[in-house]
Amino acid sequence: MSKAVSKKTEPPKTAYFNEKLMTAPYLFWSIAFIIIPLCMIFYYGLTDRTGAFTLENVTAIATAEHAKALWLSIGLSIVSTVICLLLAYPLAMILAQKNVSQQSFIVLIFILPMWMNFLLRTLAWQTLLEKTGVINSILNFLHLPALNIINTPGAIILGMVYNFLPFMILPLYNSLTKIDPNVVNAAYDLGANAVQTFLRVIFPLSIPGVISGITMVFVPALTTFVISNLLGGSKILLIGNVIEQEFTQASNWHLGSGLSIVLMIFIIINMVLTAIFDKNGEGTAL
Amino acid sequence: MIKKYAQKIYIALIIIFMYAPIVTLIVLSFNASRTRAKWGGFTLKWYGELFSNADIMQALYNTLLIALLSAVAATLIGTVATLSFNSMKRQSRAIFMSITNIPMLNAEIVTGISLMLLFLTLRAKFGFGTILLSHITFNIPYVILSVMPRVKQLNPSVYEAALDLGASKSQAFFKVVFPDLLPGILSGFLMAFTMSLDDFVITHFTKGPGVDTLSTKIYTEVKKGIKPEMYALSTLIFISVLVLLILVNHTPKSKNKAGATLSIERN
Amino acid sequence: MNKKLSFLPVILKKSVCALLFFSLTAGMLTACGSSSSAGSNGEVVVYNWGEYIDPDAIEMFEEETGIKVVYDEFETNEIMYPKVEAGASKYDVICPSDYMIQKMIDNDLLAEINFDNIPNAKENIGESYWEQSRGFDPENKYSVPYCWGTVGILYNKTMVDDPVDSWSILWNEKYADNILMQDSVRDAFMVALKLNGNSMNSTDPDELAAARDLLIAQKPLVQAYVIDQVRDKMIGGEAALGVIYSGEAIYTQRENPDLEYVVPKEGTNVWIDSWVIPKNAPNMENAEKFIDFMCRPDIALMNFEYITYSTPNDAARELIEDEDIRNSPIAFPDLSQYQNLETFNYLGEEGDSLYNDMWKEVKSN
Repeated sequence: MSKAVSKKTEPPKTAYFNEKLMTAPYLFWSIAFIIIPLCMIFYYGLTDRTGAFTLENVTAIATAEHAKALWLSIGLSIVSTVICLLLAYPLAMILAQKNVSQQSFIVLIFILPMWMNFLLRTLAWQTLLEKTGVINSILNFLHLPALNIINTPGAIILGMVYNFLPFMILPLYNSLTKIDPNVVNAAYDLGANAVQTFLRVIFPLSIPGVISGITMVFVPALTTFVISNLLGGSKILLIGNVIEQEFTQASNWHLGSGLSIVLMIFIIINMVLTAIFDKNGEGTAL
Repeated sequence: MIKKYAQKIYIALIIIFMYAPIVTLIVLSFNASRTRAKWGGFTLKWYGELFSNADIMQALYNTLLIALLSAVAATLIGTVATLSFNSMKRQSRAIFMSITNIPMLNAEIVTGISLMLLFLTLRAKFGFGTILLSHITFNIPYVILSVMPRVKQLNPSVYEAALDLGASKSQAFFKVVFPDLLPGILSGFLMAFTMSLDDFVITHFTKGPGVDTLSTKIYTEVKKGIKPEMYALSTLIFISVLVLLILVNHTPKSKNKAGATLSIERN
Repeated sequence: MNKKLSFLPVILKKSVCALLFFSLTAGMLTACGSSSSAGSNGEVVVYNWGEYIDPDAIEMFEEETGIKVVYDEFETNEIMYPKVEAGASKYDVICPSDYMIQKMIDNDLLAEINFDNIPNAKENIGESYWEQSRGFDPENKYSVPYCWGTVGILYNKTMVDDPVDSWSILWNEKYADNILMQDSVRDAFMVALKLNGNSMNSTDPDELAAARDLLIAQKPLVQAYVIDQVRDKMIGGEAALGVIYSGEAIYTQRENPDLEYVVPKEGTNVWIDSWVIPKNAPNMENAEKFIDFMCRPDIALMNFEYITYSTPNDAARELIEDEDIRNSPIAFPDLSQYQNLETFNYLGEEGDSLYNDMWKEVKSN
């Protein structure tokens, strides 16, 4: 009934149509709309206003304000990624056990919030968290102490977790449903307890999902500027805010591009990570 | 038993977390006061005003049209690309996959700005077309990543068997291979549609005069105070999609079928 | 494993079909609602601040002239500028602020306006506003005033018991976490520079450094740096004190009578947003018609009532029925009463980057 799950062997290669013809549209597209635009960022980032070559825009990351913003961004992103992982993993495991008809419905339930606009959803958190907001009104009514996290890093973390949690749930869920139940049963049959089975079998097999979940949460969290503006009261300067401001307020596109180049380092790190964990090059994100 | 309840409670908690802001927005859409800061009593007037607001309607039309067109285009390009990856050598495939990952991993703001720079250099007219091209670009990776696992699971001998049995190449592909890919293609399409619908940053940098999507419209309003009509519109979109999903997924017929499929599987 | 997922397609297929159905119907419905006919007399592309015009006024213009208005909005002068400079989108009429108009004149982006085609401008707009415009448009050749106002402190009477007449109250620790500051470089520095008794157009590094230190000292007391959200937050009683544009004050007072607007004694920014026509405007004539229409007293009145920002249109002010508003010291302050009023100047690229760097230091601190 099931096709041989060939994790270790090279995947079969079959050319369904003329291979070159089929690569062409995407090749064209990725060069025109991914590679060339990227080159332009590099061009702006490595020149100054007069058009002369300079590294100043890239090394500007080392100045006190920029470095601080970058470290803060990294810190907040790591915290939110870890929280997302901790929240999403049990959820994905529960979902993966559900019967099939409920399964995809529940998955759709987690995509559905995205049909309400991202800005509105984030703004709604403002209404919920404000000093005189909904949550505090409820706490007040119950005579509980007020929750004062609006305009603090805490609110930003909450916003990040809220917005990016689906991107952690989906890949985790996908990689967990791919695990052959027979493998898990075999582990139990061989005398492993639940913890051992999880640590030795389930978790290792879900690592591709974990990796892609981490990147899908970490990178957008690292570069966001909307969340920190709306929930951080603009008091907390993240690297995304710096870049956004260089482009939209300070009109210094060169510096903005230079700092973006620095952020791309994280993409390279990710590519290396993916290459290590995803040897088939299949990409497991969604 | 306790474990079952614990699981249910956990799912419920996460769903409350995901939907709390959405409930807030729905409540705000019935708020008679123009400002979100105070409750001015219950009203339905924003729903009425929504439909007479030509700007919002136009933005909704643009949003849906762009989401639809970009998702279709991305699904076509992405699916074809994924099939071609399959027959590639490992190295070239790895290169392609890395390129594919770029728009998804790159900061949205960087993608947006890089596309803006491109269109500026090309002296393209900023507007519907530039938004559409940008959306297709960031949608393709989602399609590729959804279709890829399906392509991996294809059994080439089935395709070859069809050929041996006298099917033409396209017959063999569309009758044998394509049905196996369909779930991946559909979820890729769904993902692309959703991402396009929700995008703000990239649209912001690639849009032109007079062409607004709901996101860009909302962003200009964030600074001036969101118009309650927007809450009403979001509520309507959300409720209709939710109802549709429930209807199509919970008709009795499909339930039986699901049961049948399941029982076979469990054996 | 494949079998396990075999049910997925059915649900997905249905869901995708349902979504398609939904978006097609919704799209069709909205397409009917917004039949955009190209005007019989061509079009005019207007680039204005968000929520800065009465939509009915645009409709009336289209009906009366047969010119179709293509309307686009920007959030800040700085977002608007590169779009116009790059020439990717060609606009006919833009509404930048004072210092930005100066920058655009300096960079040769604006066309001289032929005032013969805009009779309503000279007729209805008060002389004092033309005079004020000369600060950034010395010969009144490029711009027609549209809105103006001051910047001041909005406070909640129930939450503040000290007299509010100075910017220094924004440094009072009693109101820690109850203060809203403007989230834009020049506005924030204006407050600090004025408090130090300097010009808000200062480019003196020492004066700016002093202002920066003042802002850094203030930061722990600030609840949030916001732009127009001051409005919602003050109405909702989220904060006690906020730096706000006078145009917002009328609206907020209407929603929450506890709020009071004050122009501090150290002086403040008097700003003007004016209509200009860029050099590369494709429909110059229609642009002039549009500006002329906006200067008509009845239209200016409509816009004033919709956006509540002060109008420089004296004839429109005469038409305001509510005497309290017509003579409101907030909407129409007698500027001779105040000292040290200034209008922003364009400080050049070096000046701009000096401000931006210092602002980043404040924000990252």
